[in-house]
Amino acid sequence: METKLKESGLDSATLLEALRKMHLIRLFEEKAESLYALGKIHGTMHLSIGQEASAVGSCLALQPDDYILSTHRGHGHCIGKGAEPKLMMAEFFGKEVGYCRGRGGSMHIADVAGGNLGANGIVAGGIPLSTGVGLSIQMQQQDKVCLTFFGDGAANEGAFHESLNLAAIWDLPVVYICENNQYGMSMSVERACAVQRIAQRAAAYDIPGMTVDGNDLFAVYGAVKAAVDRARTGDGPMLIESVTYRWRGHSKSDRQRYRSRDEVKEWMEKDPIARLEKALLSAEIVSEADLEQVANAARKTIEDSVAFAEAAADPDPASILEGVYA
Amino acid sequence: MLKQRETAGAREDSAETRELTYAQAIREALQLAMNRDERVFMLGEDIGVYGGAFGVSDGLIDQFGAERIRDTPISEAAIAGAAIGSAMTGMRPIAEIQFMDFITLSMEQLVLQGAKIRFMFGGKATVPLVLRTPAGSGTGAAAQHSESLEAWFVHVPGLKVVMPSTPYDAKGLLLAAIEDDNPVIFVEHKLLYRTKGHVPEGYYTVPLSQSDIKREGTDLSVIATSIMVPRAIEAAEILAKKGIELEVVDPRTLKPYDATIATQSVRKTGKALVVHEAPKTGGFGAEVVAELVAGDAFDYLDAPVRRLAGLDVPIPYNRELERAAVPQVEDIVREARALVEGVY
Repeated sequence: METKLKESGLDSATLLEALRKMHLIRLFEEKAESLYALGKIHGTMHLSIGQEASAVGSCLALQPDDYILSTHRGHGHCIGKGAEPKLMMAEFFGKEVGYCRGRGGSMHIADVAGGNLGANGIVAGGIPLSTGVGLSIQMQQQDKVCLTFFGDGAANEGAFHESLNLAAIWDLPVVYICENNQYGMSMSVERACAVQRIAQRAAAYDIPGMTVDGNDLFAVYGAVKAAVDRARTGDGPMLIESVTYRWRGHSKSDRQRYRSRDEVKEWMEKDPIARLEKALLSAEIVSEADLEQVANAARKTIEDSVAFAEAAADPDPASILEGVYA
Repeated sequence: MLKQRETAGAREDSAETRELTYAQAIREALQLAMNRDERVFMLGEDIGVYGGAFGVSDGLIDQFGAERIRDTPISEAAIAGAAIGSAMTGMRPIAEIQFMDFITLSMEQLVLQGAKIRFMFGGKATVPLVLRTPAGSGTGAAAQHSESLEAWFVHVPGLKVVMPSTPYDAKGLLLAAIEDDNPVIFVEHKLLYRTKGHVPEGYYTVPLSQSDIKREGTDLSVIATSIMVPRAIEAAEILAKKGIELEVVDPRTLKPYDATIATQSVRKTGKALVVHEAPKTGGFGAEVVAELVAGDAFDYLDAPVRRLAGLDVPIPYNRELERAAVPQVEDIVREARALVEGVY
């Protein structure tokens, strides 16, 4: 990993910021989970704990005015793109100051001003939209790229095929990132996909496809950076398969009958945060004390975001119809 | 960044009116909108050199180029997604779905994404999109190319639904739909494409959510949509010879629907017949009736409010069966006469 660290060309400030975001994602989700257990927030949530390097490494390759589209498992992408945890937490609590004024919740968090065009409750729902965003960038001759995340399950939807084909024939500046976390709810990728590697499907659209270790920040960053640079110069879309694992169940109802504890344990040993910390230590970029400081600062941010969200006001019921139409 | 060109106000009526077909009127609106605003573009199947399955976009590719008159593969989900995604990020797309039946293949993007994005995101995104689509039977195209699915979209908060019945309205409503910052489903009728009517030159809009009285009368209000408007007018001419005067009301915009004009009409006539092509059960007509009887028209009603609509049947191929599946002029004459004469 050390070599990759050097090859990445990322400076230590950027790397520490990436580590901070990875902590924020994990802590945000651990907090969300406990708030749910306490009955403080309702609904459901889809946690990406264990997938932090994929989200942060991908977004690290973007400029601030680039776009992303995300999934139901989208907290990581949102934080990766630079969203404020307190406004996310407020949305989680359904509060008026939340990113979506409490109308969206966990599954629809969007930070439109920050270039995050939304999480999505529909598997593969964001993929056609991202193709449209790419078309928009191209027609307006903007120096932007759209990066769209989806899971292994989404790669079996028809929308995936229609969209990648369209992006390929029009050379749209879209990078398609399939976060293969091994399961579409309970269906394993081996059982669901006719191909061994989802990246192989790029061949069907005559675009480059690549599979990377999604728990290795540098591997993700390197691949996505290359794809983003390529898209930005007008060379068209690319499909990246980021192989990772969700430590938690699909959602709150998951009894996890489809996988073994040993399997989960095995993947927890590939913890992307621990791996990054180890790489930073061995490259002597940081000290143990620095690492502790980053983690503590992230913890404080999340604690503060909960306090902020709890104190915030609920939406006024009289405003319920606002936003249905422009 | 593409910018909207400076233009004068919404309405620039020219003094003269010409006769154009409904298809020509739509094409003229498309031309005006694209000339006025560089963000407007079209995408759909065979809309370029082919000119669209019904010839509506004929010649536009020569005027605006293949970038703005954008042929797509046969990928209805991607067409809708590309339109919505580009609408969210600064463009004003006009998507064409070749037959309204095929909109079933776009439903997820339209209903779960396009319609809801603004609300789900707390009002912080805008989806200025028009989706044009030809609907209706009468062409012998049978069950999968003849549907009238407007009621589905009326039932989705966040969408607007427009159904013009005349060339004048088609042009003005389309320009209003393109100006609108919401996703608008613009339902054209295949049999209307060749019908002619007065269409002023230049840019004008017909406001959305405003019904129109297409023929004045005193004995019965016929509230009809799309192709049923000219059929109702034809029925009215027949009945006028027998001394019965129908008032024909065209809602024009089905969602958001404003019942004011229909209500006023029924307060005058005391009777109402609601006519549409789509199957009766769960159809838009039920909404029109409900607005009348639940509102200010109730106390003025002298007869039951009746619906005349398509049968609950897929559109059949055989010519006579196809005709029998949806209201015809003679059906409107019969129903209207029964209501006026109190024979029901």
